[in-house]
Amino acid sequence: MISIDRLRIGQKGVIVEELDAHIPVKLMEIGCLPGNEVELIQIAPLNDPLYFLVDGSRIAIRREMAKYVKIDLKS
Amino acid sequence: MSAALKVALIGNPNTGKSSIFNALTGLRQKVGNYPGITVEKKTGYCKLSDELEAKIIDLPGAYSLNTTSLDESVAVELLLNKRDEDFPDVVVVIAEVENLKRNLLLFTQIKDLGIKTVLVINMADRMGRLGISLDIQALERELDTKIALISTRKNEGIDTLKSLLAAHTQLSESEVLDINRIDANYFEGLKKTFPKISLYKLWLAITQDVNFMPIERQSIADQSSFSTKSKDELKKMQHRETVLRYQFINSALKKAYQKDFTKAEGVQGFLDRLFTHKIWGYLIFFVILFSIFQVIFDFSSYPMDAIDGFFGWLSEWVKGTMPAGILTDLIAEGIIAGIGGVVIFIPQIAFLFLFIALLEESGYMSRVVFLMDRLMRPFGLSGKSVIPLMSGMACAIPAVMATRIIENWKERLITILVVPFTTCSARLPVYLIIIALVIPEGRIFGLGYQALVLTGLYFLGFISALLAAAILSANLKLNRKNFFMVEMPTFKTPQLKNVGFTVFEKTKSFVFGAGQIILALSIVIWFLGSNGYSDDFKNAKEILMAQIESTSEPVSELEIEHKISSYKLEHSYIGQLGKFIEPAVQPLGYDWKIGIALITSFAAREVFVGTLATIYSVEDSEESTIVGRMALERDAVGRPIFNLATGVSILIFYAFAMQCMSTLAIVRKETNSWKWPMIQLGFMTVLAYTASLITYQLLV
Repeated sequence: MISIDRLRIGQKGVIVEELDAHIPVKLMEIGCLPGNEVELIQIAPLNDPLYFLVDGSRIAIRREMAKYVKIDLKS
Repeated sequence: MSAALKVALIGNPNTGKSSIFNALTGLRQKVGNYPGITVEKKTGYCKLSDELEAKIIDLPGAYSLNTTSLDESVAVELLLNKRDEDFPDVVVVIAEVENLKRNLLLFTQIKDLGIKTVLVINMADRMGRLGISLDIQALERELDTKIALISTRKNEGIDTLKSLLAAHTQLSESEVLDINRIDANYFEGLKKTFPKISLYKLWLAITQDVNFMPIERQSIADQSSFSTKSKDELKKMQHRETVLRYQFINSALKKAYQKDFTKAEGVQGFLDRLFTHKIWGYLIFFVILFSIFQVIFDFSSYPMDAIDGFFGWLSEWVKGTMPAGILTDLIAEGIIAGIGGVVIFIPQIAFLFLFIALLEESGYMSRVVFLMDRLMRPFGLSGKSVIPLMSGMACAIPAVMATRIIENWKERLITILVVPFTTCSARLPVYLIIIALVIPEGRIFGLGYQALVLTGLYFLGFISALLAAAILSANLKLNRKNFFMVEMPTFKTPQLKNVGFTVFEKTKSFVFGAGQIILALSIVIWFLGSNGYSDDFKNAKEILMAQIESTSEPVSELEIEHKISSYKLEHSYIGQLGKFIEPAVQPLGYDWKIGIALITSFAAREVFVGTLATIYSVEDSEESTIVGRMALERDAVGRPIFNLATGVSILIFYAFAMQCMSTLAIVRKETNSWKWPMIQLGFMTVLAYTASLITYQLLV
């Protein structure tokens, strides 16, 4: 289990059952829910923000939030 | 003809909601502000059938009724308040084929409010490319609603939407979610306490920071017949609610929505990687930014010169045609010049918004945020602030309007307040004249001193904007804690009709929103500059003629006219004011003549040159002539007025001072109050005065 800020580009994972309390409702509503898939698409040139594919939605969030989203890596 | 049907449009950002609004209302649109706040209120009219009109309100884009911004709360407040005059009879929820699952979250929430709802699925033309197939009837059954499948690009489906709206009485009002499934005990208690109110509405009122009139939040907290929950517990419940909603959506889509995932995404992926690339991404962005700047700074000078010429001609024509007198002067020099002063901004505004609309419609704008966020954040600015800041180097007026693209209010306000620090094109004539006057012509390492000073001033502008932003950001305490997230829409070809609508609407809102203030102020300033109460003013012509006769020097008609203008200006209200403030500006190295130019510049910076030309009764506004004449000015003891210290002091003053009534007018419009423009004026004036004072005292 790792947080999505540690992913390499192209890596995917499935969000774990226990959602961190820091994750805001808005992020859940976009698709950050247990069982959904996350893939890292791109890292911004200055290392922040990070561009993810979350359950079909393409969004960019900052590292400080990505730290809280934990996934199980898909091999 | 029955009363208009009230329809509200709502949907996620990037679903093409504005295209649908435009398709329904055409030019019958109106943009204003919600009272007391800065959120834009867009309404329009649409003919649904021969007997029925619809009044359509375009609500701000929202991902959910759980609000995280002022924009989103506007939508929720309207939808919870049946007594609001804009409360809709029907809500149209707009979704699009690619993100349908997520779009439907909002749909289920709207349905739970018990309002008649129609679902629009937009961008139908993309279905083939994405390998998507939809069973509309099945979906209508699953969601218990009516669906209009639309493609605004191909102009298909709008009539279906209109007929669905016309048949609104047949729409279901049933709810989607059994809210008790979130926490049975809690909602049972809630139901007992407030038996008459919909549970979902109660739930929204409890979890949101919304001004919901009929229920006071305190009264909810006071009731003890149900347990109150802590913030954490409420959040867990919202989590459960979201999971339940998606379970419903997923099961509905399973029966009606198919996507062929083998359809490759070649071009999209390539463009994404290109635009966010370490090197290419920034390169492309700076080329775009520079082009925007070039067009506003350079190309727009053609239409602007044409407008200038036209109004100048009109003014002369009026003076020639109408009998001489105060009314003619008012019309020719006050009103016509004033209107010209408003119209002249239109080319720049139109060009800037043309670019912005293209960037937004194509989906590129989000990539800008992605690239610039890390750089702008330390200054309290948004990644999107770069565009207004860059445009501000041409002109602050369209730049301030462009801050609309920034969603976060604090970031937007800060950007609005600091944009005037960037060196706008109106400062250029002032800089060029003063630099020519006081900066030596030599070179250092092959670079001319004069060019270096000019470049330095440009940097000064940009850096002071960033510094001011950082200071404001640390001190302005107004943020609803916003978590940063930007959606990256798929790249699409901009729809030109939408671009056209945007440009038209922005231009219109400028002319009618800020234009009146600018016109009023320019008439006032014209009046103060061409009228005076003293006898000297009224008898200007006689006094001057006497003076000239007594010197017995040959003097041409034109020269006499210029001398009279100069004398009149000196003795007008503004002239009196200039002399009055002389003691205050002397420590800055200025005399009363410069003082007058400073005052007139508060209307618009470039007026400085024209004012000096009048004061020194120079025949033409040719730069070299004015510079030559100014170099001859001497003070009481014979030293040059325009020495290095005074010159640099003037440069610094113009760098920091807020000398543009048009900017104040547009800031007033965009912030919906006089508070911010006044603060801006006060702060920048004090800064300009202090900085020039220090500069002069150090250099003299």
